[in-house]
Amino acid sequence: MADQAEFSDLAMDYMSTLYSAALRMTRNPSDAEDLVQETYLKAYRAFGGFEAGTNLKAWLYRILTNTYINTYRAKKRRPEIADVEDVEDLFLYRHLSADQPAGLGRSAEDEALERITDTEVKEAIESLPDTFRMAVLLADVEGFSYKEIAEITEVPIGTVMSRIHRGRKALQKALFEYGSARGLVGASGDGK
Amino acid sequence: MGEQKSDDAELGGQDPMTPGGARVPGFVNCDETIERLYYYLDGELTEERRVEIALHLDMCGPCVGAFGFEAELRKVIANRCKDHVPDALLDRVAHALQDERVRQGN
Repeated sequence: MADQAEFSDLAMDYMSTLYSAALRMTRNPSDAEDLVQETYLKAYRAFGGFEAGTNLKAWLYRILTNTYINTYRAKKRRPEIADVEDVEDLFLYRHLSADQPAGLGRSAEDEALERITDTEVKEAIESLPDTFRMAVLLADVEGFSYKEIAEITEVPIGTVMSRIHRGRKALQKALFEYGSARGLVGASGDGK
Repeated sequence: MGEQKSDDAELGGQDPMTPGGARVPGFVNCDETIERLYYYLDGELTEERRVEIALHLDMCGPCVGAFGFEAELRKVIANRCKDHVPDALLDRVAHALQDERVRQGN
């Protein structure tokens, strides 16, 4: 059983990462701030039930995720497409290296990666449908394990894996499209 | 995972350790390796599976290239997804918690 007096000391360290996640979820700074505040209030009230020594970060993310789903997603005006199309394995790698002669060093696709901007990564993540966005966010940005994500989002681990894998591929396609739009990668007009 | 395609020539084609495509215990080919790429990078494979993939990577340059790219991409995504927390938000949360403390009477 955790002591509420300790809450601020322990939980405030996660503000930055929670705020970033809230921004990606709500796609809106004002909603993100409300979501973070609500998460901290709920966490504070519930802190007595937090088992000291267990994963505080995952516990906070579970509250954040639930609050987002119950509050912000519910009030969304229009339903969004709930699925992503199937994208081939290694989509980005293959497309970025497609135009390069083989054997001339490994840097063409790595250079393209370096040129991807913060804004492009954020927008590409935000373009994903909710469930895939959450899965990719929790796995790739926050580094949670499949098991932790299953607990945070309260879905079976098989579903978590499928969402992460498909979400990542959809993210690669979105990144490629943003990059092509900026002329950063050799899209060479194949439109794929 | 999607249907396996036959376009893996660029990824090394047929595994030299499985001539004729025969399944040799302990060895995996390029398709199987790429299929498990995410599980491997996520550290979610059993030790036995992990060793199989590591063994394949030891002898397959194209797969190493693909794995290296995906690992690098993962870093890029994590590093480019940070945001500055507005001071106003820090204040808001601190005050909200303070108010809650007062409201609870401790």
